[in-house]
Amino acid sequence: MLRFILRRILLILPVLIGMTIIMFVIARVLPGDPVGLAAGPNATRAEIEALAREFGLDQPLWVQYWTYLSGLVQGDFGTSLFSRRPVATDLAAYLPATLELVFSALLLAIVVGIPAGLMAAVWRNKWPDYLSNILSVAAISMPRFFLGLLLQLCFAMWLMWLPLGGRFPIIFDPPPGITGFYTIDSILAGDWESFWTAMRYLALPAIAMSLSPLATILRMMRASTIEVMHQDYVTTARALGLSPRLIVFKYVLRNAISASLTVIGLYFGWLLGGTVLVETVFDWPGIGLYATSAIVSQDFMPVVSVALVIGVLFVTANIAIDVLYGLINPKVRYQ
Amino acid sequence: MTDVSQDSRRSARAEASRRAFYRFRQSRLSMVGATMVAVVLFFTLFGNLLAPYPEHVRGGLNTAERFQAPSLAHPFGTNELGQDVLSLVMAGTPVSVAAGFAVVLIGTVLGVVVGALAGFNGGWIDDVLMRFSDLMLTIPSLILAMAVAAALGPGFVNMIIAIALSWWPGYARLVRGEVLQAREEVYVAAARAIGASPARVLFRHILPNIVSPVIVKMSLDMGFAILTVAALGFIGIGVRPPTPEWGTLLSIARNYMPDFWWTAVFPGLAMFLAVFGFNLLGDGLRDVLDPRARR
Repeated sequence: MLRFILRRILLILPVLIGMTIIMFVIARVLPGDPVGLAAGPNATRAEIEALAREFGLDQPLWVQYWTYLSGLVQGDFGTSLFSRRPVATDLAAYLPATLELVFSALLLAIVVGIPAGLMAAVWRNKWPDYLSNILSVAAISMPRFFLGLLLQLCFAMWLMWLPLGGRFPIIFDPPPGITGFYTIDSILAGDWESFWTAMRYLALPAIAMSLSPLATILRMMRASTIEVMHQDYVTTARALGLSPRLIVFKYVLRNAISASLTVIGLYFGWLLGGTVLVETVFDWPGIGLYATSAIVSQDFMPVVSVALVIGVLFVTANIAIDVLYGLINPKVRYQ
Repeated sequence: MTDVSQDSRRSARAEASRRAFYRFRQSRLSMVGATMVAVVLFFTLFGNLLAPYPEHVRGGLNTAERFQAPSLAHPFGTNELGQDVLSLVMAGTPVSVAAGFAVVLIGTVLGVVVGALAGFNGGWIDDVLMRFSDLMLTIPSLILAMAVAAALGPGFVNMIIAIALSWWPGYARLVRGEVLQAREEVYVAAARAIGASPARVLFRHILPNIVSPVIVKMSLDMGFAILTVAALGFIGIGVRPPTPEWGTLLSIARNYMPDFWWTAVFPGLAMFLAVFGFNLLGDGLRDVLDPRARR
């Protein structure tokens, strides 16, 4: 098992290096004149050259890449051309908010999607199945940012049940930072009022994010349950006269879930990508909002770094899923 | 002799496609999807002509009629510039559909070239190309498109390039898998045996036989491509106003909620319905064309 995990972890290295190359190409090679943009339209030639020297942009490309890579290894993601703040500092400040949002959305999608998919499979070709089929195609087709706007319109503006946006009221102090997740931090601090506030702010963005993965998990779970229900051991169990409930919960569920796990891993990356839109709608102070505000000012070091961080998280999540898969299904370990 | 065999082959093909069409019609959801797509395509072709206030589509404004609620004269109301929202939504259809189609088409062409080269040649070419596309797949497409679009600058063409660059790896993987499988088929061995060149084997024998999974993926991707186009518009790096694009319309309208909700809700609904139609159609096509997905 340990060897299996170690091999998976070693496999990340080339992927990481490849990703830095892609991001470097996007950041330094594609744009026409990053320095000119940063210096502004009225900058003199000398000023532009000074700025280029400051950021090392006058060096040959491979030297620039080497500088970039060795910086990355030391946790230096470069500097924002505009704010002149190190990107790594900003990322560290914004990442917990994004992760909290993504994990809650994923949790919601799993908690609702798996039982719903199981139910759709059990009641296959009856009305709950048809209904869940239509609703899940609709959920996948729904643009997340439009769903977010509709939720805001209904629950924040008309009914005024939930806050419009943000992560925590500005006038109050957020719970003491241990994990950076406000919900968990407030539980750790035993502060139930803060927990409730954090949940209220989290609710709408998490729902807006979770709908589409929920639908995909549902469909995946339905398909894999139907497949498992056609296996011989299920027929045997049925022939032995076991109750349908026992068959579904004891024998089918476990096998069907392991097939859905892979999708959940893939969806983690998709959620991280989509966080940009939902964070923009709800002013959620995460890396997605950070990236969009940087894009507006054509400051691409933050954008590229956010893409890199999301790629790394995605790869890590898939390796975690691989390992989990190996734990559930011993066959995978020995391949 | 040849005539007879060709005739029977042709009629077998016709029979197969008749059956596929029958199965497609039997599925009510696929028919709903096909109808919705037909409506979307109708507005793609004629949306600009049918818009009741064509001058608003071209960027003209009417400040006397700002923020009018939906009425008979303006079924979808008017926006902050007094423009008729219905006209903008109608004229936005060709923009979104064309951009989505261009993305899927460029992505498919790139993906088919890469996938076919990798699957047909094998060896180090396969390794290099597939490792590269796996790498591209590890970065979520929206983020990659954002980074590229940020580097290239805003605009219609740049946006399409940015999304298409993040789109091809899925096709490359699909096509490679299919080519690898088709390479072992008897008809390929037969073509080789009678001396067909590798290029002929690939283009005349293998590629025509793997068209249907590619078409299924294209139709499933069409809705998602429209969503991505709208998403980039919403973030502010897509199509620039006054070109009416659904995502851009929504991002502007967001500032005028909740009082003037119609400026946001109608473009959003148009987007949702178009994507919904393409997804239903894609699901239906997959069930018909891809026997492995049929249950």
